[in-house]
Amino acid sequence: MAATLSPPRLLPSGDSAITVEFSRNIDDAANRRVLALDRELAAEPIAGITETVPTYRSLLVHYDPVLIDFDKLGEKILALAQRPVPATTKTRRWRIPVVYGGEHGVDLEDVAKTLNTTPDEIVARHVAGDYRVAMIGFTPGWSYLSGLADSLHMPRRQNPRLLTPAGTISIGGVQTGVQCLAGPSGWHLLGRTAVRTYQLHRDPIFLLEPGDNVTFAAVDAKTFEEQDRAAEAGEFIAEQIAS
Amino acid sequence: MSKLVIASIGPASSVQDGGRPGAQRYGLVPSGAMDRLALAAANTLAGNEPFTAAVEVGPFGASFTARGGAVRVALAGAPRNADIAGRAVASDTSATLADGETLTLGFARGGSFSYLAIEGGIAGEPMFGSLAVNARAGLGSPYPRPLQAGDELQTKAASSAPERRIELPAATDAPIRMVWGPQDDEFADETKKLLVDSEWKISATSDRMGYRLEGPLLKHLHGHNIVSDGTVNGSLQVPGNGQPIVLMPDRGTSGGYPKIATVISADLGRFAQIPAGRAFRFRAVSMAEAQAEARKFAELLRTLPERLRAIENIDLNIDALHDANVAGHAVSAVDAGTWHAVSLADASGPD
Repeated sequence: MAATLSPPRLLPSGDSAITVEFSRNIDDAANRRVLALDRELAAEPIAGITETVPTYRSLLVHYDPVLIDFDKLGEKILALAQRPVPATTKTRRWRIPVVYGGEHGVDLEDVAKTLNTTPDEIVARHVAGDYRVAMIGFTPGWSYLSGLADSLHMPRRQNPRLLTPAGTISIGGVQTGVQCLAGPSGWHLLGRTAVRTYQLHRDPIFLLEPGDNVTFAAVDAKTFEEQDRAAEAGEFIAEQIAS
Repeated sequence: MSKLVIASIGPASSVQDGGRPGAQRYGLVPSGAMDRLALAAANTLAGNEPFTAAVEVGPFGASFTARGGAVRVALAGAPRNADIAGRAVASDTSATLADGETLTLGFARGGSFSYLAIEGGIAGEPMFGSLAVNARAGLGSPYPRPLQAGDELQTKAASSAPERRIELPAATDAPIRMVWGPQDDEFADETKKLLVDSEWKISATSDRMGYRLEGPLLKHLHGHNIVSDGTVNGSLQVPGNGQPIVLMPDRGTSGGYPKIATVISADLGRFAQIPAGRAFRFRAVSMAEAQAEARKFAELLRTLPERLRAIENIDLNIDALHDANVAGHAVSAVDAGTWHAVSLADASGPD
């Protein structure tokens, strides 16, 4: 019999949701278990579960308490969550073009200064990364990526900005992010992409899935403008590449 | 095709329905009505499915004019003065506007949101199966934003169905029930005690994303930053300043503040209706009790059609009106033309 993993904590989020917590920290192994449990629940649905929401370190499971209660659902989830995580799972890989610096990434110079290097080196480190969509949350399409190089880790801004542009590519703490809609952010803005991770009247409306792999490619401002127009017309811009 | 033209409307009013669950894994919150029971009651009166799109009317007044034919509507939720061309419309009843007539709604009394359901629903283009407005995500139909004067809601011509009222369970001021967690272990026992022992008020800066609470500050044991995790309607999160916020249907799908407790689903609508500035309390209940209440609430929603009554029953029950000393006023309970006066007298009472 296969060895089982340590059990997650089952935390009540009201009477209609359970937070299945694998770690209290940002932890790659925990995120893999979150995504694995999410896939298990998709493959072997438990009656009563209405929706699952993967985050860095926990899976939020929404359910209908008319159909199943906390104890019964918790028992079933615990059994699934302690199955070994499959070593290889087929995931999609995307290449996302980014125009770095200048008006498109107003914090690039400051980030370079803080990390005692040049803007070009920051871009080189960011482009070299191999990232995974750890979670999508906060606002539609806001994708939190794990896999940021240690040499790019830095605390978030002291004063969050109330408005940052749509398509912002930023770093914050140990994460990098692809932000779809304009909105507030306390992260450091490195650049922008024309890729819409959320776009109405396009199929699919949401481009990225939790668990997808992502790499970035630098493009110039002119290319960004062209891509932005094409994206507005419904093109994906992001390239799906072989894993 | 008939339509309702919005002649005037206050802020915080939008088209809402049962919401669009299913895409929270992409950061899209379901939105939907703040008070699901009131939405379902209004729709049941109008002859619609319970979570059909309706107008969620905020605390201020509004007026709607029927064009292109008669429009049958129903009103539930926060009580307020309402009349159609001078004929009073009681809460929890249906009524019909003839072509050209205007329905006028006053300010909410003793609540925040009323639901104006329209027989036949509101014509629109559903996104993820819902017309509910989520302005931040650019979603909602016919308008992806709060309603404004001049907006038009297309609907079907009114049927000749008799007007009805609905008998709902009596309103209660009992404490808002909650269950602890998911992160109550980020707080000392004294802090948890403070939450349930204190009187709270909802701040005027609240909105459909969250209700800010005024009361004692709640201190964290280990700082206010946790790794972001998923939120639900009713999450009672405590940011750095210690002033709790209860997350409402337009919340972010994830959040990085500890959530000390969660309002039970059966009490969410009642909580949403507490007017800013009015004192209330929380009471912690067990998961078993919360889930029993959730099942009772689901049963109440399911059986709303059994609570419909013909309005004639009221009109003809003159003995009861005499017994209640209501008919002692110089108005006739069977003459609709004098109802307005009764309604206004009611309005001057305590809310």
